[in-house]
Amino acid sequence: MADLTAARGTTRSFALPRINVVMVLYLVFLLLPIYWLVNMSFKTNDEILGAFSLWPQSPTLANYATILTDASWYMGYVNSLIYVVMNTVLSIAVALPAAYAFSRYSFLGDKHLFFWLLTNRMAPPAVFALPFFQLYSSVGLFDTHIAVALAHCLFNVPLAVWILEGFMRGVPKEIDETAYIDGYSFGRFFVKIFMPLIASGVGVAAFFCFMFSWVELLLSRTLTSVDAKPIAATMTRTVSASGLDWGVLAAAGVLTIVPGALVIYFVRNYIAKGFALGRV
Amino acid sequence: MAKITLDNLAHSYLARPASEADFALKELNHVWGDGEAYALLGASGCGKSTLLNIISGLLRPSQGRILFNDQDVTDQATAARNIAQVFQFPVVYDTMTVRDNLAFPLRNRGAQPAYIAERVQTIARMIGMEAELGRKARGLTADAKQKISLGRGMVREDVNALLFDEPLTVIDPHMKWELRTQLKALHHEFGHTMIYVTHDQTEALTFADKVVVMHDGRVVQMGTPQELFERPEHTFVGYFIGSPGMNLLDAEVSGTKAVVQGVEIPLGADYARPTGRVQIGVRPEFVRLTAGAEGLPVTVRRIEDVGRHKIIRCELAGVQINAIAAEGALISPDMTRVTFDPAAINVYADDWRVTPKSQAQEAA
Amino acid sequence: MDKTVNQKAWFLVLPVLLLVAFSAVIPLMTVVNYSVQDTFGNNQFFWAGLEWFEEMLASERMWDALQRQAIFSAIILAIEVPLGILVALNMPKRGIWVSVCLVLMSLPLLIPWNVVGTIWQIFGRVDIGLLGHTLAALGIDYNYTQNAGDAWVTLIVMDVWHWTSLVALLAYAGLQSIPDAYYQAAKIDQASRWAVFRYIELPKMTGVLMIAILLRFMDSFMIYTEPFVVTGGGPGNATTFLSIDLVKMALGQFDLGPAAAFSIMYFLVILLISWVFYTVMVNLDKREGK
Repeated sequence: MADLTAARGTTRSFALPRINVVMVLYLVFLLLPIYWLVNMSFKTNDEILGAFSLWPQSPTLANYATILTDASWYMGYVNSLIYVVMNTVLSIAVALPAAYAFSRYSFLGDKHLFFWLLTNRMAPPAVFALPFFQLYSSVGLFDTHIAVALAHCLFNVPLAVWILEGFMRGVPKEIDETAYIDGYSFGRFFVKIFMPLIASGVGVAAFFCFMFSWVELLLSRTLTSVDAKPIAATMTRTVSASGLDWGVLAAAGVLTIVPGALVIYFVRNYIAKGFALGRV
Repeated sequence: MAKITLDNLAHSYLARPASEADFALKELNHVWGDGEAYALLGASGCGKSTLLNIISGLLRPSQGRILFNDQDVTDQATAARNIAQVFQFPVVYDTMTVRDNLAFPLRNRGAQPAYIAERVQTIARMIGMEAELGRKARGLTADAKQKISLGRGMVREDVNALLFDEPLTVIDPHMKWELRTQLKALHHEFGHTMIYVTHDQTEALTFADKVVVMHDGRVVQMGTPQELFERPEHTFVGYFIGSPGMNLLDAEVSGTKAVVQGVEIPLGADYARPTGRVQIGVRPEFVRLTAGAEGLPVTVRRIEDVGRHKIIRCELAGVQINAIAAEGALISPDMTRVTFDPAAINVYADDWRVTPKSQAQEAA
Repeated sequence: MDKTVNQKAWFLVLPVLLLVAFSAVIPLMTVVNYSVQDTFGNNQFFWAGLEWFEEMLASERMWDALQRQAIFSAIILAIEVPLGILVALNMPKRGIWVSVCLVLMSLPLLIPWNVVGTIWQIFGRVDIGLLGHTLAALGIDYNYTQNAGDAWVTLIVMDVWHWTSLVALLAYAGLQSIPDAYYQAAKIDQASRWAVFRYIELPKMTGVLMIAILLRFMDSFMIYTEPFVVTGGGPGNATTFLSIDLVKMALGQFDLGPAAAFSIMYFLVILLISWVFYTVMVNLDKREGK
């Protein structure tokens, strides 16, 4: 009996996964442009502009070397990461209590407030670019990381509140009540009991905050000049200055994909589970 | 309608099960009669849902065959087996009306519209939802949705078998009784082969002709409710069925005598000398508390009056012994011993019932 | 879920309120302020009433941009939503391939928007880009910097590339929330593949799809960086969407009054459409929750 089943199990686990045409085509469509960027980043400028080739004929790391040795390049990454992390922490920190309030209590004007918060997610950054510039200049925050982090809160905080509220609604209220009866204070209950329950929600919210802050350019470029200039802005300026240095541009582009790819890799299990639990 | 044969059947969720413990369902051979109502009874995780899913074809067994009316259906898809199944939680098509929900299995099989209309009406009457036929299923209570699921399961007349996977979990207690009665009436009327999975002994005992008790991936006994009560084949059946369950006491058995804690207890038959862990089992209904000098000395801990009778909870050297006394029975403080009805005592060796010599010879 | 009435909950909302007030209300007031004033430089402002609004409403430039924007959003929604659902339906069921597909699919979502623009700018170039080169080799006359049609196609394909995964991920999440019993019941009922989609999968995806449509509508309506990098709004004004036009006006020409009036109307249009979506969604939620 054991032999028979073992044999059958073996054939099953070695069976090739059914190749899905739609999925394969879609992934090829997604990956081709990225491959092309990676391909170019390993070529010299002469090779890019010279004969057309599908892969680097004489691969070079010179483009990456340029970026990683020049402070005006790599500080762009550091700046971006600083304000993205600041923004993510800030957004989650203020969104947690608010989402709890919205999910658990009913209070004067709660529905209007919730919708008003969401409207900020709908505000075009282009509308806010100039006023932000004036506001942060007048309070002396221009060209600081915190300015960009605060500006990105405009769309990230409402989103975080929205996602977290969805997750918190899924946690039965009886858990709160039991904890209070057991003598937990609000703070201890929130940190010790509630947070672990919505951990995947926090993960998803943080993922979205990171994502939208990392990819945004308009506001971060408007609010910075030198000290806090993000990598995305560094790239655009180099394009206009040196114009044709495609290799370095491609290498810089590839390097901006890396943090995102790392973040996705770490939250990959949440993506599937997390999305479904909350509403986003 | 069909006779269902389980031939050498076993299942493991692992790709390559190493030992018997890896099997969610251990090897079994059974023939289930055409037109009978069976209940699969057991605690959660005992393999009863696995067995049900193998019968319905949602799961392919890792070994063995399953036959409907002597035709091998092991590799047949669910749809081809022509069975109906009702799940633990309501499965309804939210965006359809109640009528369309009930008609769905018939329409998919290309039945005549007039027949469908008539059948839907009949079923709606049976589940008491004629008034809601035109409503969308979305927004109905869980009760109502589960009734639709039951209705959808019963709408086809020609099914080989009707399978129920704990279908009354979400139903209100008073509705439970009503639906169960309806199912039973339906069974009498149409004579479908029915398999009903449950962990509730009352449901199983009232619904089924034969109850299949499962424990740890194994069928430990299959029999009528009366057989399960009088002759539990396994200690699990003894304490799982009955309220409270069977009393089990470690004993030394030789011939027609058992010795428990140094006290000799007469048995109803000759059991020779069973080996392994030997226990005697006796249901509380056959335990009597007396003031005489016979029987086991016990300490009475508590007396519960549950209406029709009293449950007396006693203790003997750390082991609980329950007795059931009639409602009007007097219990006085000098009653400190229990005696057992010898004919009602079963002997177990390593949890399995030992057949008395006389019956063994009859069988042989 | 029944919520307790508790006015003290306001204290929990307070931090969000202060933060968003600082980063939204104050700038918005500045915009409103500009929209009703005129300036001749030197920081001297005059009350202009609704003059800018009237001017902008009469301006063909804004209406053209709005029209282009609406067409763009409609097209990408019409492609991304069905395609996203199709991709979600074709996701592997279990095993390592699920993770692989999820990670690869999410990749475009986390690329800075200007890099997305750069990737497609390069990819579409006839001299050095794979797409442009291949098309040229096939004898197709393709040039997104000269031909308005090519520019539109490039931007739409880029947006589909960039954002379809978001729709797919959300749809996939909706599919994941369907208990196995539904599929099993459908098998027993002999439901066709189409019936399974129509009566089981689609109803369960409605909620998440509304979110996907709302997000995609809002973000496509505000699109700026990607077309700016690829086409710069050109050729001519062919791909000048609302945000590109606005930035040109505000930061390029420093026409603060008209730009501000433009901003407010822009915001109101998004708000209005989003409000409709939101209302529909909340009603759906209520129906789901019985």
